[in-house]
Amino acid sequence: MRVDEEALDQETSIAEVREAVKRFAAPEGGVVTALNGVSLKVREREFVTLLGPSGCGKTTLLRAISGFEELDAGEVRIAGEPMGGVPPHLRPVNTVFQNYALFPHLSVGDNVGYGLDVAGVARTERNTRVGETLERLDLGGYERRRPDQLSGGQRQRVALARAIINQPKLLLLDEPLSALDRNLRKAMQLELKALQHDLGICFVFVTHDQEEALTMSDRVAVLNGGRIEHVAAPETHYYRPATRFVAEFIGDGALFPGRIEGSAEEPMLVTADGLRFAVAPGMAVGEAATLLLRPEQLGAPPESPDGSLGVVEARLEQSVFLGASHQFVCRMANGAIITAAPTGGGAEKLSGVAYGETVRLAYRRDQTHLIPEAGDGT
Amino acid sequence: MARRGDTRRLAFLLAPASVFLGTCFIGPLAVMMLYSFLEPGLYGGVEWNFYHWNYGRILGWADGEWEEFDAVYVQIFLRSARLALTNVAITLIICYPAALWVSGLPARWRTLVVFLITLPFFVSLVVRLFAWVLILRPSGFLNSSLLGLGLISEPIDIIFTETAVLIGMAYILLPFMFLPIYASVEKLDRSLLEASADLGASPLQTFFRVTLRLTLPGIAAGAVLVFIPSLGNFIVPDILGGAKVLMIGNLVEQQFLSARNWPFGAALSVMIMIVMFAAIVLYLRAIGRQEEVSP
Repeated sequence: MRVDEEALDQETSIAEVREAVKRFAAPEGGVVTALNGVSLKVREREFVTLLGPSGCGKTTLLRAISGFEELDAGEVRIAGEPMGGVPPHLRPVNTVFQNYALFPHLSVGDNVGYGLDVAGVARTERNTRVGETLERLDLGGYERRRPDQLSGGQRQRVALARAIINQPKLLLLDEPLSALDRNLRKAMQLELKALQHDLGICFVFVTHDQEEALTMSDRVAVLNGGRIEHVAAPETHYYRPATRFVAEFIGDGALFPGRIEGSAEEPMLVTADGLRFAVAPGMAVGEAATLLLRPEQLGAPPESPDGSLGVVEARLEQSVFLGASHQFVCRMANGAIITAAPTGGGAEKLSGVAYGETVRLAYRRDQTHLIPEAGDGT
Repeated sequence: MARRGDTRRLAFLLAPASVFLGTCFIGPLAVMMLYSFLEPGLYGGVEWNFYHWNYGRILGWADGEWEEFDAVYVQIFLRSARLALTNVAITLIICYPAALWVSGLPARWRTLVVFLITLPFFVSLVVRLFAWVLILRPSGFLNSSLLGLGLISEPIDIIFTETAVLIGMAYILLPFMFLPIYASVEKLDRSLLEASADLGASPLQTFFRVTLRLTLPGIAAGAVLVFIPSLGNFIVPDILGGAKVLMIGNLVEQQFLSARNWPFGAALSVMIMIVMFAAIVLYLRAIGRQEEVSP
């Protein structure tokens, strides 16, 4: 499961969190464990996203890296240096805050130049770099404006400019896009990705939005209840999730827990209530596993399906046109919802079916993914 | 543009405030202004003649015949201003760190501390000042404690000095400095302090570049609220300064109550008002500059 982690060369790791533990006193008494033994390595030039529901510890992890939270156990290393006891202002990282935290009493230029000013960079060099950074983020000409004279998107850019001008080893972004409207957010996602690529700085990005995580990241660390569920590339998380939590949190899809039966070559997954699914070989007969079927994997079967396809029957409940795709929401015999979003011509075959009628949905057996029981996140 | 009906309703609603301010505030002020240009009567009261020598006595164009110019008035003015400014500095130095500290406390403790700060208002000012007399006099609490501890061999002279006046004024005006500063410190966005540290600023740099700059309106408000009552104060110098520390407020009091020279007292009061007005203009300009920065 952690093969990619182990293969990671020590030299190329920019930041490393080892067995981090952080507890807070809960306001109503008792203790909340925000981080419960979290380990993570961030490689050079990498865009890593910390993804998870609210309260999963992702912001605490970010603040542990930036130095605003001291860990109760474990350690943070940046560029190989242990950061224990190093205050935030001495760490070679910069943060883009969720509310941007722009200084209201300073102009855009002075906000962006803040890091250089406190470091005592000479005036001419400082002005040149501020100008360059503002240009780079399409903020040319805004130097003398005040933060409150800017739009949300522009403030976002100022916050970014203010952070990257210091050429940090690591840029931490705490849900920076959450305040923007949808269209702007989409555009900023791509822009951030391009910026990260150009700068070659590591980005550690915190979000609860799985789509955002998939769009931008090289790797996504999925957090749940103060632990890292799994770290992997977005495609892996989507098609081959390591745990049930990851499968449920990222993307849509139907999950069917059951047990492997049949032969080793043509195994079947049988659920407790008797549904049978043809699955790809790989797991031993008798083992407990959960099958994940994504909407795009399901479509209408051909006239005479062969053994390479799995076919299930379900009652059509709703068909929803989403523009790029057409979704058919169906109910299985055991009451479970299964959604199909056929690609190619598959949608036409299904769109003639009336609500309440039984449809047959097919998927390619070799593309099925089974989550082993041990990987259910417990 | 307000419609006619709105204007009438507004006039109706504002009538009580207008009548009150007109009779109780602007009226006496106008009388004071007028008196300051009238001739003092021989046995108190005024003669209805235009008379600018009241100001001449203070500022130096007295003819030396009817009215004497005496530099002592300007000196008392300067001393009062100096004491008032010193008091602003003392209260600021005490209140700013205190306000920073209180704003970091849990919510219920903050409420308690703010209540405690305002607690002295429940007791009469004069009573509290006489308590200070008991503390500061040669046989008082302060001296007997210091003597008892062996820190001094004979009582120090503190009562009836400028120091005693400053202690008393700082004591009574502390809340007026604390509350505005506390209000501005409390609404300070803590994420800005984190942003500053994140960008490499040391705690000291963060303090001067962010905290102090953003709480300047509170400091300015506190400074005005302390400066103005300090400048015109006559109770504290009366009780704690004795006859030695005469402030401009005492001078006015004497002119009205002892010397019965109302026009001269009025002229002194007008001078005090001019100085206070200047202080408020400075304050508004400081605030205005801040507004430009963060409306």
